[in-house]
Amino acid sequence: MNIANDSFDVVIIGAGGAGMRTALQLSQSGQNIALISKVFPTRSHTVSAQGGITAALGNIDSDDWRWHMYDTVKGSDYLGDQDAIEYMCKNGPEVVYELEHMGLPFSRNDDGTIYQRPFGGQSKNYGKEQATRTCAAADRTGHALLHTLYQQILRAGTKVFSEWYAIDLVSSIDKDSISGVVLLSIETGELLFAKARAIVLATGGAGNIYQSTTNALINTGDGLGMALRANCVLQDMEMWQFHPTGIAGAGMLVTEGCRGEGGYLLNKDGVRFMEHYAPSVKDLASRDVVSRAIAIEIREGRGFELNGVQYVDLKIDHLGEETIKKRLPGIRELSIQFAHVDPVEKAIPVVPTCHYSMGGIPTNFHGQVIKTDRNNKDKIVNGLYAVGECACVSVHGANRLGGNSLLDLVVFGRATGMHLEKKSEYTTPDLADVDKILDFYHKLESNKTGENYVDIRHSMQKTMQDHFGVFRTQESMQEGLVSLGELRDRLEHVVLKDTSKIFNTNRITILELRNLMVAACATAYSAIERKESRGAHSREDYPDRDDNNWLKHTIYHLDDLISYRNVNMSPKSIDTFIPKERVY
Amino acid sequence: MAKVNKLEFSIYRYNPDDDKSVYMQDYTLEFDIEQNLMLLGALERIKDELDPTLSFRRSCREGVCGSDAMNINGKNGLACITPISSLPRKIAIRPLPGLPVVRDLVVDLEIFYKQYARVKPYLINRQPTPKKERLQSPEDRKKLNGHYECILCGACTTACPSFWWNPDKFVGPAGLLQANRFIVDSRDDAELERLQDLQDPFSVFRCRTIMNCVEVCPKKLNPTKAINNIKKEMLKIK
Repeated sequence: MNIANDSFDVVIIGAGGAGMRTALQLSQSGQNIALISKVFPTRSHTVSAQGGITAALGNIDSDDWRWHMYDTVKGSDYLGDQDAIEYMCKNGPEVVYELEHMGLPFSRNDDGTIYQRPFGGQSKNYGKEQATRTCAAADRTGHALLHTLYQQILRAGTKVFSEWYAIDLVSSIDKDSISGVVLLSIETGELLFAKARAIVLATGGAGNIYQSTTNALINTGDGLGMALRANCVLQDMEMWQFHPTGIAGAGMLVTEGCRGEGGYLLNKDGVRFMEHYAPSVKDLASRDVVSRAIAIEIREGRGFELNGVQYVDLKIDHLGEETIKKRLPGIRELSIQFAHVDPVEKAIPVVPTCHYSMGGIPTNFHGQVIKTDRNNKDKIVNGLYAVGECACVSVHGANRLGGNSLLDLVVFGRATGMHLEKKSEYTTPDLADVDKILDFYHKLESNKTGENYVDIRHSMQKTMQDHFGVFRTQESMQEGLVSLGELRDRLEHVVLKDTSKIFNTNRITILELRNLMVAACATAYSAIERKESRGAHSREDYPDRDDNNWLKHTIYHLDDLISYRNVNMSPKSIDTFIPKERVY
Repeated sequence: MAKVNKLEFSIYRYNPDDDKSVYMQDYTLEFDIEQNLMLLGALERIKDELDPTLSFRRSCREGVCGSDAMNINGKNGLACITPISSLPRKIAIRPLPGLPVVRDLVVDLEIFYKQYARVKPYLINRQPTPKKERLQSPEDRKKLNGHYECILCGACTTACPSFWWNPDKFVGPAGLLQANRFIVDSRDDAELERLQDLQDPFSVFRCRTIMNCVEVCPKKLNPTKAINNIKKEMLKIK
């Protein structure tokens, strides 16, 4: 091992909402923390979250965390783990109040309390009337949240490794634990082996496996790749949320808050089509339901078309200029910039767009990473935690409700921090792992001829878009899998054209592509195996949900094998929500 | 039929890792004018198709993360929300002015972040923490508008001649905008302390109301107005 090394109590990889909330929880514990981020913390993708953070505060209308839990379980199409959902919904109000105390500039009601808006899939009294549960800072809630957390990190004096990239995890010598991570300074090219009592993966999503995504360019599934290569597993990777309203042709997110504030969708005949798909809640049905409805409208010829891009209209102009400027100012800005439409006057062209990964690294609700042994029994991976979008705790199951993502970040960021407050022991790292990582790293530099990363990335994204989109069939997915296999082989021979040590984004892009490929393959193998339709996973050849055979988590292993894991149906303080037909 | 057009770029290049000194490199890019290309999209295409060694920062590609501020034909802005159609056919791109260059369009923002941290950009409230939220009227909340939306891209501060002269002593428009954000927050009770911290000839008073900051802010914020408010509040204290 021929690189610098250092040791920390906890190394947190990723400084979005989840990573920073974890770090903040630990800031009072007196432990030596390193917060690693490949971008300056406020550039993390949490910044793009718009509509809000859901918690049963009851500021506008009566509410109860149990109703929130019911909605989340139903929204997940019963694939969410009920113990984790219970924990999240129960702790929701407290973590939101904490954010307010930190200074998050929430919008306000006339009585001075935090403003809340209705979001899709929310109900009162276990499925009755629409609830109003999503706490908002205009339509910039993620930005407000991320900056507030960064400000607190500054205040706490947390050590931030800004623009450092985590390459791979290092196991313990007995292979039972995770002992450290190899890091790369983007600015200087310096490599560092960081030994730690615990590593927290908080690396966010991987939406760039698709051609069209609301995700930032930095969302490349780095934690997923690192975990899998360290012999951990990935759970429910077939579950990708397509947000109903991405700006057509550009992909930028248009918040569900538009519909929460009273906006609705129209097809080219001027028909408010959601009335047919979800008669009772219409445009505020769950995201998977609305995305499928839009896809069907377009497929059956009732969408608009401009320059080869098909879409439906999201109408909000009837809300009036004042409401739009007050509640949806960011949407107005984005729409003018990227759709050339001022929503005060005209409808926004929208289309379902890859948005969120419900799947990820399986964990319990303390953030501890879980893998399954040969007998399919859960086993905690000592020294490794995961939190936020890269984790699958699993509170979102087969479909996430709007506003539950920011909540997930702060609830489980805090929980992970609390669990880490008690120091664990260092384990002895297997230095052969470090050498293996360095070998790979140097080999990448020495490839002088071979494959172009741009072609591989574009082909992977097109394959995922064409074969693993809103609607799926066995035949098409098999075709997609063959292409992915070839691309994965080609990636082995990728050429790094820029070998400079200083701020080498070419190198980072290729390291990221390696992780994207893991996420894409995990998605493909998992999707092909699940022979039913549930939540976001919608198969034309198996159109129904099949609880007898498929009420279970999919587990993807390093050698492309699939196994299964039970869904937790045992909340602690409330009766189990038994699966029933999901109608909106 | 795609209508193809040619764009000519002249881009600032510098890499301390090779032996060349600073130079401007030319690239020609063909693009379909119906594609609504943003400048960031063009830079990504140059990197992907013409020159993988060109270095720049980018993340959200929608104007909210603040990564890709740069100097575009002499004016600071965000590449991801600058439409190619708004630019002439010849585009000169340089890193943000007034800061050390790490490589190509990547600048060292350390001093910018330091000046931000200096204003204690976090809520200070020494009252006992209530069980629920602290109340704030919609009118008081409205005072935060025009402040909290800042994305820390650095376009304003690096466009400010006063900052160029005294980057270590003058906080700069971005930092002062956040100073004012907490001064005007009804929940913050450290207003006096905040004002006293800034009371010297440089921190605030090097602002000469040149207003380059207002001119370039990609979020259309007005740091000059915030700075004037800080000055006004300072007059009230003894």
